[in-house]
Amino acid sequence: MSLLQVENVSKRFGDLVAVNGVSMTVEQGELRAVIGPNGAGKTTFFNLISGFLTPSSGRIIFDDKDVTKLLPAHRVWRGMARTFQITEVFPELTARENLRIAVEVASGYRLKTWLSRDADSEVRARVTDLLEMSGLASKADRLVGELSHGDQRATEIMMALALKPRLLLLDEPTAGMGDQETYDITQLIRKLHKGQNLTIVLIEHDMRVVFHLADRIMVLAEGTLLAEGTPAEIAKNEAVQAAYLGKAA
Amino acid sequence: MVRLDKSTDAARSGAPSVPLAGFRIDKRAADAIVWLLLLTMPFWIDWIGGYTQLGTRVVILALAAMALNFLLGYTGVLSFGHAAYFGLGSYGLGLTIKYLVPNTLVGMAVGIVTAIVAAAIIGVLIVRLRGIYFAMVTIAFGQVFYFIAYRWNNVTGGDDGLSGWHRLPIDLGFTQIDILNNDLAFYYAALFCFAASVGIMALLLRSPFGRTLLAIRENERRARFLGIPVDRHIWLSWLISCTFTSLAGTLYAMLNNFADPHDLHWQQSGDFVIMAVLGGMRSFWGPLIGAAIFIVLEDYISSRTENWESFIGLFFVLVVLFFPRGVLGMIRRKTMQ
Repeated sequence: MSLLQVENVSKRFGDLVAVNGVSMTVEQGELRAVIGPNGAGKTTFFNLISGFLTPSSGRIIFDDKDVTKLLPAHRVWRGMARTFQITEVFPELTARENLRIAVEVASGYRLKTWLSRDADSEVRARVTDLLEMSGLASKADRLVGELSHGDQRATEIMMALALKPRLLLLDEPTAGMGDQETYDITQLIRKLHKGQNLTIVLIEHDMRVVFHLADRIMVLAEGTLLAEGTPAEIAKNEAVQAAYLGKAA
Repeated sequence: MVRLDKSTDAARSGAPSVPLAGFRIDKRAADAIVWLLLLTMPFWIDWIGGYTQLGTRVVILALAAMALNFLLGYTGVLSFGHAAYFGLGSYGLGLTIKYLVPNTLVGMAVGIVTAIVAAAIIGVLIVRLRGIYFAMVTIAFGQVFYFIAYRWNNVTGGDDGLSGWHRLPIDLGFTQIDILNNDLAFYYAALFCFAASVGIMALLLRSPFGRTLLAIRENERRARFLGIPVDRHIWLSWLISCTFTSLAGTLYAMLNNFADPHDLHWQQSGDFVIMAVLGGMRSFWGPLIGAAIFIVLEDYISSRTENWESFIGLFFVLVVLFFPRGVLGMIRRKTMQ
């Protein structure tokens, strides 16, 4: 059984159909990229999966359960985590504190008013692991709001990862980054995907990143599914080329 | 006082800490100074032109401002209606002592429980609102209680306030504390309530639950997508905040032997907000400093001119314009440079 099945979902805002009858099936351990020209409905599609928006029609099945109507927090509890196109972190807390909050919430401690010594050292150890995995260890005690864009993005990804998700949704992880930062984030995503066999769906504009990472690619244009296949298939697809070139022309 | 050294930070990094805008004052030293000053206040306040009751007033209103700041500074939610719960505490205590049971502790319990019930119900209704909408609705609900106290003459005394009663010695069974005739005893009784409340709030803020509140303050969307049920946590924070505000309200009525409808008015809510912002709402002790400045200024200027509020207003504007993080925030920045 596949981990995520999106069945024929649509989202209408008044007369505008942002997403129109799109389906997608993501297998356990797969890295799926969603690409498409600006305004293709990629982020709306993401918002439907993560529960930020509710679809006008269609169903979303996650891990054999219908989550179409569930609130974001409930989807998180079932193992879905996401990052945002514009980085969403806790700017006036340190990187360590950012991750600590995520780890505590993931451990079910969100209502605890104290932690036992064991629980506390477990939390700390996990935070340290995450910091080291992401290369943030040397900046752990600086305010996240003062870190570079790339480090903020890495913090956000690690916070999502702290939730021990089975599905990680990344909305344009390299948006607005320089070459080095893009490379670092790409390596981090690759490490999570290969090393932990994590299922990832990501939206991305940078084609180098997409073709480097993705097992399969899905192309959206004007809210509809244009094509789906392996990177090699998508590269050859004429409809995709037309959509991109048509937009550029 | 300020520790910026990365290595010591790392050594103590796991220790729960209230983040203070990027650097941490040596908290233990600051805490010790604050407690020492509070414990000895009755012995030096006369020297600087004050009097014990003024000190008691500072402690009580500081408790209300710190309770408000639990919600404002640490959860990022602005309430302009906290006077309602302050006043419910006052009237709950006053009405109980006057009409029902002449017992201070019972009166306090009634005042606080009444406020908790009201805050719990109102909280459910408003917790989905954000920003200015939340603030406006808290004002509206607050004014409901104000008008009840103002109009219900034969029970609450209406505009004249609830008088004809006074606080009573606290009977602990094995001993009696005469808070009625001994101002010093009442100061320490109030300080005991202050210390217990502030201690509980500090522990909460250092806990995983407290950190979820910081998360909500910092970035609600991120908090939601970490799996924090944001509305429920705001409701809890609101309830905790209102509970300690109502405790301050009961003490305030006891201080004055009187419950004033003004205690319920939204202007009083505004005063709490001013105290918190004036002192620095991102620092734990900020509202205490703010309350002290506010009350001392009020006491000093109002004995010279009726327009004391304009001076407080002017001072507030200057602080907000030049030191948006409040008086404590300003001192911190100085020591950091």
